[in-house]
Amino acid sequence: MKRRTNEAVRYLGYGKKTADERTRRMVDEAFLELEQAADPKSICRIFDIGRNSEDGIQIGNLTIISHSLARNLRGCDKAVLFCATLGAETDRLIRRASITDMSRAVILQACAAAYLEEYCDEQQHLIGEEMAREGRFLRPRFSPGYGDFDIHYQEPVMRILDCAKQIGLSMTDGYMMTPSKSVTAVIGAGPDRPGCVPEGCESCRKTDCPYRR
Amino acid sequence: MIRERLGKELLFFDGGMGTLLQERGLAPGELPETWNMTRPEVITQIHRAYIEAGSDIILTNTFGANALKYHDSGYQLEEIIERGVSHVREAVQAAGVSRPVYTALDVGPTGKLLKPMGELDFEDAYNAYREVMICGEKAGADLIHIETMSDTYELKAAVLAAKENTSLPVFATVIYDERQKLLTGADIPSVIALLEGLRVDALGINCGMGPEQMMPVLEQYMKYASLPVIVKPNAGLPVQRDGHTCYDVLPETFASYMQKIADTGACIIGGCCGTTPDHIRAMTEKCRGMKILPVTEKNDTIVSSYGSAVFLGNGSKIIGERINPTGKKRFKQALKEHDLEYIMREGITQQDCGAHILDVNTGLPDIDETAMMRDAVQALQSVVNLPLQIDTVDPEAMEAALRIYNGKAMVNSVSGKQESMDKVFPLIRRYGGVVIGLTLDEDGIPSDADGRVAIAEKIIREAAKYGIRKKDIVIDALAMTISSEPDGAMVTLETLKKLRDEVGVRTVLGVSNISFGLPSRPVINAAFYTMAMMNGLSAGIINPCSEDMMRAWYAYHALAGLDENCAGYIAKYSGEASAAAPAAAAGSATVLSLKECIEKGLKDDAADRTREAVETKDPLDIINEMLIPALNHVGEGFEKGTLFLPQLLMSAEAAKSAFAILKDRMEKSGEIRTKSGPVVLATVKGDIHDIGKNIVKVLLENYSFDVIDLGKDVPPETILETVQEKGIRLVGLSALMTTTVVSMEKTIRLLREHAPGCKVMVGGAVLNQEYADMIGADYYGKDAMQSVRYAQELFGI
Repeated sequence: MKRRTNEAVRYLGYGKKTADERTRRMVDEAFLELEQAADPKSICRIFDIGRNSEDGIQIGNLTIISHSLARNLRGCDKAVLFCATLGAETDRLIRRASITDMSRAVILQACAAAYLEEYCDEQQHLIGEEMAREGRFLRPRFSPGYGDFDIHYQEPVMRILDCAKQIGLSMTDGYMMTPSKSVTAVIGAGPDRPGCVPEGCESCRKTDCPYRR
Repeated sequence: MIRERLGKELLFFDGGMGTLLQERGLAPGELPETWNMTRPEVITQIHRAYIEAGSDIILTNTFGANALKYHDSGYQLEEIIERGVSHVREAVQAAGVSRPVYTALDVGPTGKLLKPMGELDFEDAYNAYREVMICGEKAGADLIHIETMSDTYELKAAVLAAKENTSLPVFATVIYDERQKLLTGADIPSVIALLEGLRVDALGINCGMGPEQMMPVLEQYMKYASLPVIVKPNAGLPVQRDGHTCYDVLPETFASYMQKIADTGACIIGGCCGTTPDHIRAMTEKCRGMKILPVTEKNDTIVSSYGSAVFLGNGSKIIGERINPTGKKRFKQALKEHDLEYIMREGITQQDCGAHILDVNTGLPDIDETAMMRDAVQALQSVVNLPLQIDTVDPEAMEAALRIYNGKAMVNSVSGKQESMDKVFPLIRRYGGVVIGLTLDEDGIPSDADGRVAIAEKIIREAAKYGIRKKDIVIDALAMTISSEPDGAMVTLETLKKLRDEVGVRTVLGVSNISFGLPSRPVINAAFYTMAMMNGLSAGIINPCSEDMMRAWYAYHALAGLDENCAGYIAKYSGEASAAAPAAAAGSATVLSLKECIEKGLKDDAADRTREAVETKDPLDIINEMLIPALNHVGEGFEKGTLFLPQLLMSAEAAKSAFAILKDRMEKSGEIRTKSGPVVLATVKGDIHDIGKNIVKVLLENYSFDVIDLGKDVPPETILETVQEKGIRLVGLSALMTTTVVSMEKTIRLLREHAPGCKVMVGGAVLNQEYADMIGADYYGKDAMQSVRYAQELFGI
């Protein structure tokens, strides 16, 4: 089974258990619908890391105070600011389903999240290939709102990348991204090949999370 | 004046500003308009370079100057705009050229997404733009150029703000992606229809692509646009190099492309990102003096939604009639209860059945039709991408709906009565739209075709006085009931034919009126529908979920050669014969009980079993003996971790379909199912993700709670008001993010202060018990079932 299907099932609360056949069928259908509706777009820009101390990182003219991010970027001399979105039509599809059938709505919701992760992975892979040519290796992407990387950094990241104009991604006053299926992240790049670092979910310290892989 | 030159000669815009400022040290993320104050000499010098390169129109450095971007920049918006305009003026003076140079107030997107996908209200966007437009005119701009827009809704707010608050010419250009769509999904004809409806002076394309990639988009513009077309490409597609965005098309190459673009029909040309004074000079030197193609009037009748355009005239379009309370008890009730979900469901169902446009009528005595119409239109355009037909006799409701409609609406209707035309046409002139003209006037409905045609002609003549073209009028030939008027059908058909052949106008009919008072109405309706299409009916207002009508529609299009290779017909009906077989086979298999259907989450089967059960059993007994035990079984499975959220909700949906049938039956017999509550649910202020709240709602309703759903982004005051007004004992709040839990805390504090008896349960992604305790909630629901359990405990069930 595809990774994204497993991820969607996990987001639906099945944990490590296998989903029943009907849910799996609905998950497959949801991915097909999403492929029609979604219009994935991303944008990135590479910056030098000016300073990377225990708690402060300088990316371009943006200063970020975050222990978790500093740890993530250890050994990196470049940082990629990255934003991606599945577009407004994905939100509309989920909204539409929530009027007619909530079970489809939650499945679409989970599948859209998995689809977005997959898309980001693909984009990150492309960026990684580019960076590899210069002899740099990427770190796992790290998003505002995780660890002590404050959610408020989302605003300057989106402004620097001119997200609203470039990919139609904006933010509410409450820092919610619109369209909702969207990601902002910092991806470190450095000359050392990272060891077998835990990625994404496993690297998080919230070990009691019900959605943990 | 620039207005007089539009479409008569080739005019030149300037080129990029932002990219030049970046070269001069503008940092990524820095607001470029601040340079109007901090580096005025740089701005003036760039303007001057463009004037010397031959530009006729110079954009002020005000692209992002709006209150939403500048609310905490430390600068006054008015000053930024005033300076922006005066820098162009100074540059014109300094350059000392003899030709006229026009100052265009540059207006870009707000950077926020509008409701329903975002949180910005349409009127708030309008007000933000209004401020900019007024400042710009006051500062002395010659025209307004709204550009780089990627959302039709925001575009509409900006254009209305410019048209309603200034007398300046308005240009509007948008940014397409490689699918030739806006980021929010609109296609080319729908953007053109919207802008022409709003009566801009010129429209077109800018940014996003290089000149080469813009050619196919421009060709579409030439096909559909009746106004002068603007083209402002980037200097090619952006390339990332050393952390910088670069554009690689050189000035000479750019100029050659722009020559082709002018040859194709664009009459106002310039550059966007990456273009420099060198690009503009090369362009003006190559193109100055070129003859332009005449701007021609196109005759397509187009209505549009936020995402797509529907053309009337090629075949017959289906206008879904079901969003209308006439003769529908359930719908009337939905209107009285402000049940928008019901209306949205009606919309989605009709789209799934094959409607192309949806009629929306919310007129009912004792309700505020204007507010209801506005809410219904907003709700519908958040879930269906079909154009809407605003159906009302109340001009106030019509205007409210037209204003907030995201696209070019269809309007139902105007008649040949002077009073009606005096009220409706000014609205069409202001907001755009395709209006249905009823062939009746002060003397009633003419009994013959010639009389109706004469009224149609009168309507068309009167519309012309407002600048409304024939293509934007669709005449209703009026279907009269044949049971009272034996030759009614024939007169209507003759009218259709004359309207098509002699007047050359599109037509519409409310088809099912024809059979009023007769038995088996679908038989007559379908036959008349076919005859009407044969006589040129451009659009029929019908029930798209009536199989007879849809069969007639598919058959007619196949027979009339309007369905290439009968593809539509085949796609619709080829599966029918084979689909019947397995259904029959399934009949012999074991029939599941109602309880089993609900446990397995089989919605349709649950409805069937319920329909059978009510024949022999009391609805309340069915609820208590079958539905409740089944729901409990599923709920317990979920709590034990043997069943999961999708299954829980499938069962909930199945139960919901059973309850709907039982409710209907009980209403007929006057029986009452006692409900608990009501419980108020809301997603807190600032939070726009409501899926969690909606899950809780479905479950609570199944467990016989009366739920008042206040929706998302709900201010604390609204929640308090509802609690006080209705004596609510339990409120459920949801929040997704740490940033919005703040509003949750505020809401709880307000409730504690003014409604101390009311309990509050909370839930949402970032919450946990500790957090819930901290903000003072009474209960933290880890999942939807826990919320149900808490509610049951509180109400002693």
